[in-house]
Amino acid sequence: MTHWIVAPVILPALLAPFIVLAARYHIGIQRVFSVVGVLALIATAAGLAWQTSDGTVLLYQLGDWAAPFGIVLVGDRLSTMMVLLTAVLALFVLLYAIGSGWDDRGRHFHALFQFQLMGIMGAFLTGDLFNLFVFFEVLLIASYGLMIHAGGDARLRAGVQYVLFNLIGSTLFLFALGSIYAEAGTLNMADLANRVDLIGPDATVGIRVAAVLLLLVFAIKAALVPLHFWLPSSYAEAPAPVAALFAIMTKVGAYAIIRVYTMIFPPDVEVTAGLHDVWLLPAALVSLAIGMIGVLAAKKLDRLITFSVIGSMGMVMVSISLFTPASIAAALYYIVHSTLAGAALFLISDLVRTGRGNLHLTAQAPAAGAALTAALFFVGAIAMAGLPPLSGFIGKLLVLEAAYDSSAMAWIWVIVLGSSLISILGFARAGSILFWKAHGVTVDEDAPQLDRPSVMSYVAVGGLVALLAAHTVFAGVVHGYTTTMAAQLFAPEPYIETVVGTPGKLSTPKEGY
Amino acid sequence: MELLVASAIGILTAGGLYLVLRLRTFPVIMGISLLTYAVNVFLFASGRLTVGAPPVLRDSMESYADPLPQALVLTAIVISFGMTAVVVMIALGAYLGSDDDHVDDQPQDDTQAEGRS
Repeated sequence: MTHWIVAPVILPALLAPFIVLAARYHIGIQRVFSVVGVLALIATAAGLAWQTSDGTVLLYQLGDWAAPFGIVLVGDRLSTMMVLLTAVLALFVLLYAIGSGWDDRGRHFHALFQFQLMGIMGAFLTGDLFNLFVFFEVLLIASYGLMIHAGGDARLRAGVQYVLFNLIGSTLFLFALGSIYAEAGTLNMADLANRVDLIGPDATVGIRVAAVLLLLVFAIKAALVPLHFWLPSSYAEAPAPVAALFAIMTKVGAYAIIRVYTMIFPPDVEVTAGLHDVWLLPAALVSLAIGMIGVLAAKKLDRLITFSVIGSMGMVMVSISLFTPASIAAALYYIVHSTLAGAALFLISDLVRTGRGNLHLTAQAPAAGAALTAALFFVGAIAMAGLPPLSGFIGKLLVLEAAYDSSAMAWIWVIVLGSSLISILGFARAGSILFWKAHGVTVDEDAPQLDRPSVMSYVAVGGLVALLAAHTVFAGVVHGYTTTMAAQLFAPEPYIETVVGTPGKLSTPKEGY
Repeated sequence: MELLVASAIGILTAGGLYLVLRLRTFPVIMGISLLTYAVNVFLFASGRLTVGAPPVLRDSMESYADPLPQALVLTAIVISFGMTAVVVMIALGAYLGSDDDHVDDQPQDDTQAEGRS
């Protein structure tokens, strides 16, 4: 049994207290340890992804207790890819936070950042529903701290809303877990998959309720309309690097839906028939439409980006709710794209704020460093709106292709294409007001000159944009990999067999015990 | 006893939901506390209700209580307690900063210069 799989959880968990306790007053030391920690995370995550790329399922039994009694961490293609994506995103976000000085505007940024990473990594790797809840709480409580980093009244108010909404979500999660345990007597995902199969069609009331409650919880995390109300103000008010890191948090919800509803409640199980096509798909289409209309209606750049995040989550959920191997593969490709594009846009909005002082979409004097920022915004907007040549376009094509055989094909095509048009208009409007109209405004001589964003900020954003470009260039390779990933998800028997069948320390009783 | 536990969960949830739908932070936080109490009792009951039975398996044991929900509920209590403490602190900060404890966004003039950093 290899111990590497627990490293993405343990490493930030050790690093964060160290940063709080030993390096509290030295921002330089904190930065070094944080960056080195994230680099080590990337190396570990890449190793894990390489190990699982041939289809092996990595299992780690904590304390050598066998599932379903012990806690297990499981790594398959999907979870290791998400872990790698998180680690890579974290590096660029961290570089930006350091380069722009955001990490020094409040206290304990790096410690909270590491705790946040620990929660996200754990949520991707755990093989147990209750531990999924615990890791959700770890990532949430770190995100509460990060969200109100650097303070300010507007941010605190948005923080209160964010925390309250997520507390209700957590309560709902516990209700769902309680009903699942009452019905099936286990919370281990692989064990649950076996037991849900055994529940007869006449006794499904409890497990149906539990399945729907669980879907609601994950939909809150994924900001699916009508459960998206927490997202716009909290992401817009959060410090930009934090909002960029939060781009992966909505994906945790999408990941959980994919994991739970391919393994425990697959679409062909009687228990949850109709859940995906009747309920999830319309909600996803509405989120897509509302998100992109919000892009057009936004009065401030940060709100615009939050709505584009809702829209892109809608696109991911449309693809997920079709629940065919092709559509899940398309969704996974789009998840990577949407994480990178959303994070890049949040960081770009901070570049604009640094050079301009605010984010209102009104014509103002040209911002400091406008040329480079405008170029980056152009690329980010093209990616997010899904225009060729960047990965958003390829992702959208894959979703459309996956929807081609669906009975709701007309609806999906119309809404996906229509919402793309609206989002292009929205981004074009924002970009031309921010960067082009600025040249028609006479410069107020008395206005204080704002500094250009630092070089390191541009390096961080440029890195994300370069990753987007690579995601486009190697689209064939990535999509091939997500296709094998989807194939693994739709044939979960090896996963279940590995988790349930691996013996632990009490599986063979000792003599005289 | 089933009736008692079930109605207790129901009343706590109903009261909690009512308070959560209020507009000021204090009642909302009270509502969340009630909801977490309700969910704790609910989790406790998810391993079936047994009276006077130990949660430990022994050879001579006739009946026993399911120990897992007790462990789960302990985790849930700790987490919800900590979270409530956090939200009280943030809400206090927001209230003292802006002298306003509304949970929802107040209508404001977007064209004003913004005050946040």
